[in-house]
Amino acid sequence: MEHHHGQTERHQGWKTSRSTDLIFRGITAACAGLVLVVMAGIFVSLVWNSLPSIRHSGISFLFSKAWDPVSNEFGALSSIYGTLMSTAIAMLLAVPLSMVIALFLVELAPPKISYVVGSAIELLAAVPSIIYGMWGLFVFAPFMADNVQPLLSKYLGWLPLFQGPEMGIGMMTAGIILALMILPFVSTVMRDVFAMVPDVMKEAGYGMGATTWEVTKDVTIRYGIQGMIGACLLGLGRAIGETMAVTFVIGNSSDIFISLFEAGNSIASRLANEFAEASDPMYMSALMELGLVLFLMTFGLQVVTQLWLKRVKRKMGGDLL
Amino acid sequence: MTPRSDKGRKLLDFTVKAVSFGAALLGIFFLGWILFVVIQRGIAAISWDFFTKLPTPPGMEGGGVMNAIIGTVLMTGIAILIGVPTGVLAGVYLAEFGKHTRLGAWVRFTVNMLMGIPSIIIGLFVYSILVFPFGRFSGLAGGVSLAILMFPVVARTTDDMLSMVPNALREAALAIGNPRWMATLSILFRAAKSGLITGVLLSVARVSGETAPLLFTALNSPYMMKSLNEPVANLTVTIYQYAMSPYDDWNQVAWGASLVIMITVLLLNLTARLIVGGKRK
Repeated sequence: MEHHHGQTERHQGWKTSRSTDLIFRGITAACAGLVLVVMAGIFVSLVWNSLPSIRHSGISFLFSKAWDPVSNEFGALSSIYGTLMSTAIAMLLAVPLSMVIALFLVELAPPKISYVVGSAIELLAAVPSIIYGMWGLFVFAPFMADNVQPLLSKYLGWLPLFQGPEMGIGMMTAGIILALMILPFVSTVMRDVFAMVPDVMKEAGYGMGATTWEVTKDVTIRYGIQGMIGACLLGLGRAIGETMAVTFVIGNSSDIFISLFEAGNSIASRLANEFAEASDPMYMSALMELGLVLFLMTFGLQVVTQLWLKRVKRKMGGDLL
Repeated sequence: MTPRSDKGRKLLDFTVKAVSFGAALLGIFFLGWILFVVIQRGIAAISWDFFTKLPTPPGMEGGGVMNAIIGTVLMTGIAILIGVPTGVLAGVYLAEFGKHTRLGAWVRFTVNMLMGIPSIIIGLFVYSILVFPFGRFSGLAGGVSLAILMFPVVARTTDDMLSMVPNALREAALAIGNPRWMATLSILFRAAKSGLITGVLLSVARVSGETAPLLFTALNSPYMMKSLNEPVANLTVTIYQYAMSPYDDWNQVAWGASLVIMITVLLLNLTARLIVGGKRK
């Protein structure tokens, strides 16, 4: 009898914990599902709010550089150009720099120095975008105007890229600040990639009498190239939607110039500048459509990045970020 | 391939080493430059009034950004209240229930994607669901937009941290008769505690410097807020507006606010690093 009683009690306990577990699982699943709801919500709300502008401008929205809220003429071309151009400058500068910084951290520096320098570089990633903007607007842009741009136009001025007003504010400064902002991400991911290369492989290289650079070039980079591409993709994703720092220094012009000294605008900077003040429904809708363009660009890029990182993970057996 | 001379190889090796040393120095130089400028110009703006007074019109002496500090703290608080519990529970699902389910795979993928969506897009989204329908900017909308930014970060770190807890501990907790929820909340959470706190700290650090999503949601205000149902002053949008203004004394205030934000964010990051570092030893 005693025995039987004990069993029922245990049986009931099992039953209640089973139902509380089901509730617990349901709650966690609902929270997890939230992320899908948010993502779908972003897409649907952007499309919905863009509809008036899509009907108004059609496909020419993407290929026109007109931006005139007064006469309701809207085109995304100058913003798309600015977004791509500033990102390209940033990648061009940040990727090689990140690679050599990662090389320094993994292969050259003693562990203690590597830790300190690595931490400092990671702190660079923690500095908020708006601080880069402040520094860029008040300190770095004047520095560019006084010291860097005169030199560039003196020695490389025969290139159309380096002509025009030496104002500091413009596409080039925006690109350089973007490069600074993504540098820490790209270099820490690359550092992790380099660190994942098995020591045996590197030591085999050193044992053959190879120099550090030869081992890096023929062993480390060859082994880690997929991970390094992943690092670049992550950096690209950051740069393309970066808002505040760019808004401070890009100059907010609606024109497209070949010269990097000239002002421009990016999708994000135009949104930051104009959205809160857009009162006319069509103006608002055009800005929403700009947002949709940016969303689709980053969404596509993220899909590629995530699939690529999955592939890298399978090969190298570790998460990159 | 012709073998190159030893001298040439060594020279190339030395050059690459020098360049990489230089690049690391360059990175630190820029960090130092930014920190130096913000501290130098920020300190000049900071006084007792800065923390205890309301803003004054340009040209008037005195004044501070007390309303913006309170607004930022409040909205970050809302973001924590909404973003952390949902994020942690989503992370629990991913680590404990969704390892091999289809929903789990989709959610994990989308969490990573959402982290890569620019914050200004989140601002547009919250604008169209919480600002436009009600016809006014609000602190609540600002808090929600920050919560959406925190959510994937917290979910991801919770997933990672719980996944690092050894399975033996999980099985032991269940074997002594704990229901799953109790095993997770009281035993696995304890084992992953420092990692979870780090994740939350880093996500708070990330949103407390955010500006773009607040531009369209909380906006800004020169007044002390009376409710969360109206535009709420906050430090980052104040920095943006004051820095873009032509008035020197407003620019000065922007530097002061930048210093406050930067110190907060760096302290949060350093604390997070210390917790992780202490754990490793």
